[in-house]
Amino acid sequence: MWPIRELYSAGLLVYAIAALAGLSAYLRKTHAAWVASWLCYASLTGAALEFFASVGALATGAEFNWSLPSGIPFLHYGVRLDPLSAFFNLTLSLLGACVAVYSVGYLKHGVAHRRPGLFCCFFNLMLLALTLVFTASNVVFFLIAWELVVVTSYFLVVTDHESEETREGGMLYMLMSRAGTGLMFVGFLLLATAAGSMEFQALHGSGEKLSPGVGAAAFLLLFFGFGVKAGIIPLHIWLPAAHPVAPSNVSALMSGIVIKTGIYGMARVFFDFYGNTPVWAGMLVLVAGVVSALLGVLYALMEHDLKRLLAYHSIENIGIILMGFGSAMLFRSFGHPQLAALALVAGLFHTLNHGVFKCLLFLGAGSVLQGAGTRNMEEMGGLIRRMPWTALFFLIGAIAISGLPPLNGFVSEWFTYQGLLAGFGATPTLTRMAFPIAGALLALTAALAAACFVKAFGITFLALPRSENAESAIESPISMQIGMAGLAATCVALGLGATWFIPVFAPITQNAFGVQISGQLVAGNGLLLTAGSLHNGSVSPLVLAIALLGLAGVPLAMWFVLGRKSPRTIGPTWDCGLPGLTAANEYTATAFSKPLRMIFGALFRPRREIQAEFDVSPYYPKAIRFASEIQPTFETHIYEPLRVGILAIAARMRKIQTGSIHAYLAYIFVTLILLLIFGVRE
Amino acid sequence: MIEYTLSILVHLALVLLLSPLVTGFNRTFKARVQTRRGPGLFQPYRDLYKLLRKGMVIPETASWIFTATPFILFVTTLLASLLIPSVTAQAPLSLFGGVLAVVYLLALGRFFLALGGLDTGSSFGGLGSSREMTISAIAEPALMLAVFTVAIGAGSTNLSIVAQAGLSQSWRFLAPSQMLAFAALFIVLIAETGRIPVDNPATHLELTMIHEAMILEYSGPYLALIEWAAAIKQLVLMTILVNVFFPFGLSPDWSPVPVLISLGLFLFKLLLLSIIVALVEVTNAKMRLFRVPELLAIGFVLGALALVSTFLFQG
Repeated sequence: MWPIRELYSAGLLVYAIAALAGLSAYLRKTHAAWVASWLCYASLTGAALEFFASVGALATGAEFNWSLPSGIPFLHYGVRLDPLSAFFNLTLSLLGACVAVYSVGYLKHGVAHRRPGLFCCFFNLMLLALTLVFTASNVVFFLIAWELVVVTSYFLVVTDHESEETREGGMLYMLMSRAGTGLMFVGFLLLATAAGSMEFQALHGSGEKLSPGVGAAAFLLLFFGFGVKAGIIPLHIWLPAAHPVAPSNVSALMSGIVIKTGIYGMARVFFDFYGNTPVWAGMLVLVAGVVSALLGVLYALMEHDLKRLLAYHSIENIGIILMGFGSAMLFRSFGHPQLAALALVAGLFHTLNHGVFKCLLFLGAGSVLQGAGTRNMEEMGGLIRRMPWTALFFLIGAIAISGLPPLNGFVSEWFTYQGLLAGFGATPTLTRMAFPIAGALLALTAALAAACFVKAFGITFLALPRSENAESAIESPISMQIGMAGLAATCVALGLGATWFIPVFAPITQNAFGVQISGQLVAGNGLLLTAGSLHNGSVSPLVLAIALLGLAGVPLAMWFVLGRKSPRTIGPTWDCGLPGLTAANEYTATAFSKPLRMIFGALFRPRREIQAEFDVSPYYPKAIRFASEIQPTFETHIYEPLRVGILAIAARMRKIQTGSIHAYLAYIFVTLILLLIFGVRE
Repeated sequence: MIEYTLSILVHLALVLLLSPLVTGFNRTFKARVQTRRGPGLFQPYRDLYKLLRKGMVIPETASWIFTATPFILFVTTLLASLLIPSVTAQAPLSLFGGVLAVVYLLALGRFFLALGGLDTGSSFGGLGSSREMTISAIAEPALMLAVFTVAIGAGSTNLSIVAQAGLSQSWRFLAPSQMLAFAALFIVLIAETGRIPVDNPATHLELTMIHEAMILEYSGPYLALIEWAAAIKQLVLMTILVNVFFPFGLSPDWSPVPVLISLGLFLFKLLLLSIIVALVEVTNAKMRLFRVPELLAIGFVLGALALVSTFLFQG
């Protein structure tokens, strides 16, 4: 018997002790580098314990419950490690472990290194809170853990609080999170009223007990509440503001796992608390997924700030995950549990995969940022020579996120496509058209993502350095490389070994739809992944990878026979006869995305400004200044009016906010009376 | 097992030997229509042979990406060709990857090719990469809708099963959905293989190039691999068009007589399709880059109509 419970509790304990140790180091003003190193190793230990607890729970199918009374009504400190929780906890601990190793080297420099104790305190506290979010089994406890994640991650985001951009990003994150929690809170209360309990187990299937109208309201509140955290468009604006300004190891966890708490909440609500949902609900999720995916990648293409670009890609991938969830809900509504299970596997697998490669990419960006000292891609270039390992790991992440075979992104996108394909035959009337259109737009999204990562990798790492910083960049220390190598290896392993990983989803789909699909998704002695059956379609990343290696014999043989003796010289790149190629001749990130900026001009509304200075003739300019920007549509058209409206209301509210304690006491008294009159009916 | 290995080898040999011929035919036929003599049917073979033996110049700015790209491009394209039935209804490796794998293997090759273009540090490489990635991205929805129509019709993404489903209903290609999907895929073929009106493979002006601008710095054996891969990619897409929509004559196994008949029919179908492609090329002028999305939007609409008609006419 696997000591799941002991491992789980020990992991939490290690996080807690590390957090306290960090705090005490900070209070004692011990800012030595060893503090950070040891506390990162502590995080690694905690994550490893949690990892084995989750693996144990998934492998044995054992579910454990554990709860402490609190003395406060409705609140139990209850945790439950069921398959869904264990899966998310597995993702968290895997990413947490790699980021912890990376942080050992990362915290030796940068702003976080000035107060290592405090940083590590919040870091461990966030890991603790995230573990609790994924495993809490009581609504109130869940919300407490949820808020703890918000608070700790806020403090981590604003580590560099001396920069105004950081403070603004952090504040936006805080505000949006609060709004989301507010929506969730009401949604949970509606469900809890129907179930008559705050325990998650009692909430199972409680969505149906509500009247259709209230059920719909609860669904929408929870969807948008969790949607803020997940970063679905149009609730995404905090994400590209807050993720880039955080230290890179924090950005990695934010994009890798913190936004996945929103996905976890949705999975819990859609497939546990609601036994079935109306067609419109599934359609809403599917459409939200398509919109987020497509707009996310389009905005990412316009960025030349490496970390903002990655942040927009998180929105895109959340969209792809929601396409899986949305189709799963639609299949359930139309009575196809098998297909629902296939689509849910696609969504959950992509959740894990995105966590892994996005974490890897953010860590890579962190190395670049530390090595080259800038987030602006236009000032990078040629880093592959100075940072070869970082470049290799970033390339693996870029291939994986672009959904290219044989890595893990391909596998989960393949399942998503298969789910969408099956939707055409399995649903009636016009609903069926939504699936292939979603599939076509997923294809567009994936191809645009590939274009974006050609840009991100090509401009950052290839050709000539565009600035002195890039020229003098240095490779990261070994611990940072190990952290990235772990994630890169996971990308490869989850791609090539997907058939061995798929059974993990069996108990999850069993709980959600009463179907264990994973047996049908794997065929051919564990070589093939299938779309439900061999006839529907099959793929084997492992065989494809082996075949690619085998086929390399063909060009190598041709070269050996014919071209072996031919001379190979190194010469300058063709520069049209100009005196030498310089970095100024290179294509820039802005230029790279120019065709797409023009094609999707209706969305971006690009604006550009060219100023030329000349002496004699306008044909011989002395200097040209070029500025180009796109319109942030959501910020200006939705959030700006909202902000103005809220400020106007706040200005009126000021009249009752007198600042006098007597007045506030009177308000409290009146509220109490009203509650006693209306609230207590019995 | 030996038979299986043999079938893979035969398939590989066919793809490797046939693909330059298709390119050669396209050039010769276009030349004849324009009343030129043209380079001759077998010129691409001579070109490849010569390039493979020539020396090469590697740009001093380039990294290992530049060196790896020709190999990755060649290998991914070759693997994609093994997933598609050509003369037998059973493609050698179709079990290990269906039409989605074909699309994504080609995308993997393109990903590296675009990186190879950026790696040289010249403006032309970046220009080519940027345009290639843009056009392939906006071609993707049309491609995927056409692929979906075919896959939904046959109930599978495995191209061997799709071809066999087509074989069992020989007049299937007359269904409106199939014809519309064919038209959509044809537009994608033009865009993906860099044909006029989207790109001009014979242009000598860098600013109008797309594909050629990307590979401007490649020479010698590397250029040979890239050119050959481009020819194989063209053959891959054309094989999908002819064998998925018009699968008649595909041999069920490797017995000699049906295979020979099947090979003859396959060549004939390719010939017809090449003639159509060449006629499109000689009767059109190259479009401005920003007109290309409109062409591909037509492809998208055709693909969507194909799906709607699957649903309306049940076929």
